[in-house]
Amino acid sequence: MANESLKAKMEAYTAKVEKSLAKRPERVNLAHNRLYTPLDLGDFDYEAKLGFPGEYPFTRGVQPTMYRGRFWTMRMYAGFSTAEESNKRYRYLLESGGTGLSCAFDLPTQIGYDSDDPISEGEVGKVGVAIDSLRDMEILFDQIDLGKVSTSMTINAPASVLLAMYIAVAEKQGVTPDKLNGTIQNDILKEYAARGTYIFPPKPSMRLITNIFEYCSKNVPNWNTISISGYHIREAGSTASQEIAFTIADGIAYVDAAIKAGLNVDDFAGRLSFFWNAHNNVLEEVAKFRASRRVWSKVMKERFGATNPKSWMLRVHTQTAGSMLTAQQPDNNIVRVALQTAAAVLGGTQSLHTNSKDEALALPTEDSVRIALRTQQIVAYESGLADVVDPLGGSYYVEALTDQIEKECWDYIKKIDDLGGAVVAIEKGYIQKEIQDSAYKWQMDVETKKRVIVGVNQFQIKEKAPEGLLRVDSSVGDFQKQKLAKLKAERDNAAVQAKLAALETACKDEHANLMPFILDAVRVYATLGEICGVMRKVFGLYEAHTTL
Amino acid sequence: MEKRIRVLVAKPGLDGHDRGAKVVARALRDAGFEVVYTGIRLTPEQIAEAALQEDVDVVAMSLLSGAHNTLFPKVVTLLKEKGAAGKLIIGGGVIPDADIPGLKAAGVSEVFTPGTPTNSIVDYIKANVK
Repeated sequence: MANESLKAKMEAYTAKVEKSLAKRPERVNLAHNRLYTPLDLGDFDYEAKLGFPGEYPFTRGVQPTMYRGRFWTMRMYAGFSTAEESNKRYRYLLESGGTGLSCAFDLPTQIGYDSDDPISEGEVGKVGVAIDSLRDMEILFDQIDLGKVSTSMTINAPASVLLAMYIAVAEKQGVTPDKLNGTIQNDILKEYAARGTYIFPPKPSMRLITNIFEYCSKNVPNWNTISISGYHIREAGSTASQEIAFTIADGIAYVDAAIKAGLNVDDFAGRLSFFWNAHNNVLEEVAKFRASRRVWSKVMKERFGATNPKSWMLRVHTQTAGSMLTAQQPDNNIVRVALQTAAAVLGGTQSLHTNSKDEALALPTEDSVRIALRTQQIVAYESGLADVVDPLGGSYYVEALTDQIEKECWDYIKKIDDLGGAVVAIEKGYIQKEIQDSAYKWQMDVETKKRVIVGVNQFQIKEKAPEGLLRVDSSVGDFQKQKLAKLKAERDNAAVQAKLAALETACKDEHANLMPFILDAVRVYATLGEICGVMRKVFGLYEAHTTL
Repeated sequence: MEKRIRVLVAKPGLDGHDRGAKVVARALRDAGFEVVYTGIRLTPEQIAEAALQEDVDVVAMSLLSGAHNTLFPKVVTLLKEKGAAGKLIIGGGVIPDADIPGLKAAGVSEVFTPGTPTNSIVDYIKANVK
């Protein structure tokens, strides 16, 4: 048999290697085998494991031709300061060839507070744009046709409110909800586990999410209602396998919740999307992307009995790994981002945000954002990486690694199932602990130089302080406060109170879908803080259980 | 027996990115300090209060959101007001070099930026706790 002969040759090779190792030892901390051969793949069933692109189990990609017809969406994450400032940046990105928008909101917005709330002090406009009401949202999308652009919004706990504002702006532009394209992140479980911008306890949070699934399936059919995010889990320090395992476990929890709320799986599953990190190890990342599609398609088909092939597809937005950028020798980050971009493209992402070289120091400047966008364009148009579907399919190494990551992912899903699902696993701190252990191991590997980070623990130089970093003006907070005062003086405050009261009543009826009530409140210019305030009053606040 | 150094590790403001804070907290604990980690999203008042109640020698704050110029000095001021001016206060996170002199003038003893090995934080604390 061919394999017998191969095994014998492999043994001979290994014996030869032993001799060479005596003279020349290998580097330490190498995670994978030395060499991969057909022996690593066992009885490799092509049709069961790979199939064809656009077909179950989608290992080779979710579309039949992938980037040969259309490149991934180049969607740069942006937003800072005020709606006025961010609107300028969005129009600049669209004019520079960006093909979608991705909104970064400041922390008060992400946690449901207005700019004039004492808790917002020092944070207004810092890590994203400050949005207090529909008025800010109108300014944010001024002269941007919402019927033509697709918009991703990184918003979780108050996702329902920002989506309502987006729908309301579109209405004012004359664009009906069925014409809207985009995504809200809307993934609260990873906020509890890794990112921290939660507001309410899990139960009402899950209700808001399933309310959005239901509302959009009827009214905003092209909207991606959730972006189940491994990105932040990875940024918090997880491994590649943990990233997809914990995220898919979260996905299972959302699907479970929606089915329990009475929805039909095939009515909403096609609008679920995912968000991966593109980390440094190129081939491990490619394998991760491929494994994640195989796992999710099996979850949807076999566990949830979805019958529409669209429900089986894991569609993914990707961002290059912010945590892998170094403050030291920041120009080196351009190279890191290029390699991470290659990983995302070889892995078959549907859209991509590339980080800018100065992001370990501050928010990016316009120049550094342009280099980051150009990196995508060079990979798309010049590198050839986008010319063939899943070009690494069939690589002994990539296939073996895809199998291995898939197996590790299923092992974690089993553990989380045994604990009672992702919500319970997070409440018990299990997922957080696994992530923290990996983060600590990474740091210790860097400090002991088992892992080399160029410019940080090797190849250091004496550096000049970087110049020309973007600084957000500290007057942003005052500007937002003035806008809010003016809004409250001009709007119909009786209407605001009436709509907030109706929302409060709806919150207390667990069978009510909250989206229409939120939309009504948004339309009369109730603020984000007022709307979330009503929900905080009824739902209460989540109290994190922190362990080290 | 020598008293073990007690450190409060805290994240002021609304930023939830606590990878760095948790890694530092664990490294300090492994170095033999007693560490209290308060979790995320604390107001300066809550941090100052916790520092007093836990009677720590060091307050270590981490922030990535850019609100450090507002929040770090506020913690320093509150500790002074509460009569706890002697504590060693250090900060870390994504903090531009240009902001560091201002933070030091406001009473933050040292600022550790990305790429700092955890043992330099350990050494700094050992050398500077009175």
